Amino acid sequence: MIDAPPTGTPDARTAANNVRLLIATRKGLWTLESDPARQTWKLAGPQFLGHIVHHAMVDSRTRRTMLAAARTGHLGPTIFRSTDLGATWQEATQPPAFGLGSGRTVDHTFWLTPGHASQPGVWYAGTSPQGLFRSEDDGATWSGVAGFNSHPQRKAWCGGDQDGTPDGPKLHSILIDPRDPHHMYIGMSSGGVFESIDAGGEWRPLNRGVRADFLPEPTPEFGHDPHCVRLANGNPDRLYQQNHCGIYRLDRPGTQWRDIGAGMPQTVGAIGFPLVTHFHDPETLWVFPMDGSDVWPRVSPGGEPAVYRSRDGGTTWQRQREGMPPTQAWWTVKRQAMTVDRFPTAGVYFGTTSGEVWGSRDEGGTWKCLSAHLPQIYAVETA
Amino acid sequence: MPVRPSSSNLRSGNGVIEGGVASRAADQHAAVDVHTVRIDIPGPLRSYTRQATRVTVALPARNLTLGRALTALEHAHPGIRFRIIDEQNRLRPHIQIFVNAAVERNLEAQLSPGVQIMIVAALSGG
Repeated sequence: MIDAPPTGTPDARTAANNVRLLIATRKGLWTLESDPARQTWKLAGPQFLGHIVHHAMVDSRTRRTMLAAARTGHLGPTIFRSTDLGATWQEATQPPAFGLGSGRTVDHTFWLTPGHASQPGVWYAGTSPQGLFRSEDDGATWSGVAGFNSHPQRKAWCGGDQDGTPDGPKLHSILIDPRDPHHMYIGMSSGGVFESIDAGGEWRPLNRGVRADFLPEPTPEFGHDPHCVRLANGNPDRLYQQNHCGIYRLDRPGTQWRDIGAGMPQTVGAIGFPLVTHFHDPETLWVFPMDGSDVWPRVSPGGEPAVYRSRDGGTTWQRQREGMPPTQAWWTVKRQAMTVDRFPTAGVYFGTTSGEVWGSRDEGGTWKCLSAHLPQIYAVETA
Repeated sequence: MPVRPSSSNLRSGNGVIEGGVASRAADQHAAVDVHTVRIDIPGPLRSYTRQATRVTVALPARNLTLGRALTALEHAHPGIRFRIIDEQNRLRPHIQIFVNAAVERNLEAQLSPGVQIMIVAALSGG
């Protein structure tokens, strides 16, 4: 995209270098687009008006195919596909669905991840309740990953389908090792982080060192609540995790997560949902802390929103809020509603449940509201 | 807006679609007694029926059940059934089906000739 040498006509070059944000909301899909200056943004949409769009993703391998996970309040879940960057859409002919007789029903598809670069057309989807699905035809048809969905320990790992977050238990953070298509991680709320080294055939929990202080045993093997897990770009042996109980980092082949939330101010805490990593620097990441005290208000602590950035893998954190409202801004940012672009000087973006999109084009130094008055924002991704 | 897979149905006008796979199959087996079922389609599902408000499907009279009628609907309008019935063959929450004005949630329920089905997607919440 923007880091590739310009090709084509000047107009095509400009369009190819533009930055697009996919804004998935409770009421449909919008896009924000800017030229590389990232100063002026144009809002377009809605598409799928009235549908709950939990996630929308562009295929990072082709930059052509887009998938959107949608449902409405009274119809079943489905996936829409576009092969022309959102100009036209077709519905999947076989959306993710559990097997007949399993007794399980997909409520919604929550997470979409393009497969490994060596496997064009492959996508993975995580659902609520926790299920893992795979497509080999760019999202037209989906099959369950039996190694997970039918694993004899799945129910022990995840709890019942009625357990989990208020909006339903979820399988999310499907991560593919860029060096090996068979090496995958998933996160589950609840359940924890799990790893497979055989393309999903077998799974093992990977939660040592992560607290689960809402459980009788605060350091169990599984049952944790990772909110968002990311691979560090440029160092696939490094994972970061925003958890229900803090912020963590894991350096493989180690299996012991390190608490990196300890460096956050005590008045702010280390609770939140999203976590994003710099596209060119494995040591840089951002989180959006929210109030995890008492009954878990899950809004900006004290009504004073701020992003926190670390330049050293989570050892130290810098508060970033220039341009944001100083007080009385009670923002909630969901786990998929924060993203970064691929510029060397990263743009960072997030969407709030109150329908505002905020962006920074200087790695969080200054912030600007890019759009307001949208429906509740579920996900923001860079296209 | 979503583009639905194309259908071979013939539009008869006034937002009503007739025919479908089941009726074509019936043509090939003329000896089989065939009944027609009219199905009223709610607004949220009309993107599957090219905005038709009513669809007529024909299917063998023997063992004429609600489930078979909805399968015939799926053959004529691919994708519509999964929005009504989940992967465990259960009606989705907030979907209601009326058979001749009576609520029916049993897919094995027998249908009488000339029956009229209405699918309702109950709007709720904000």
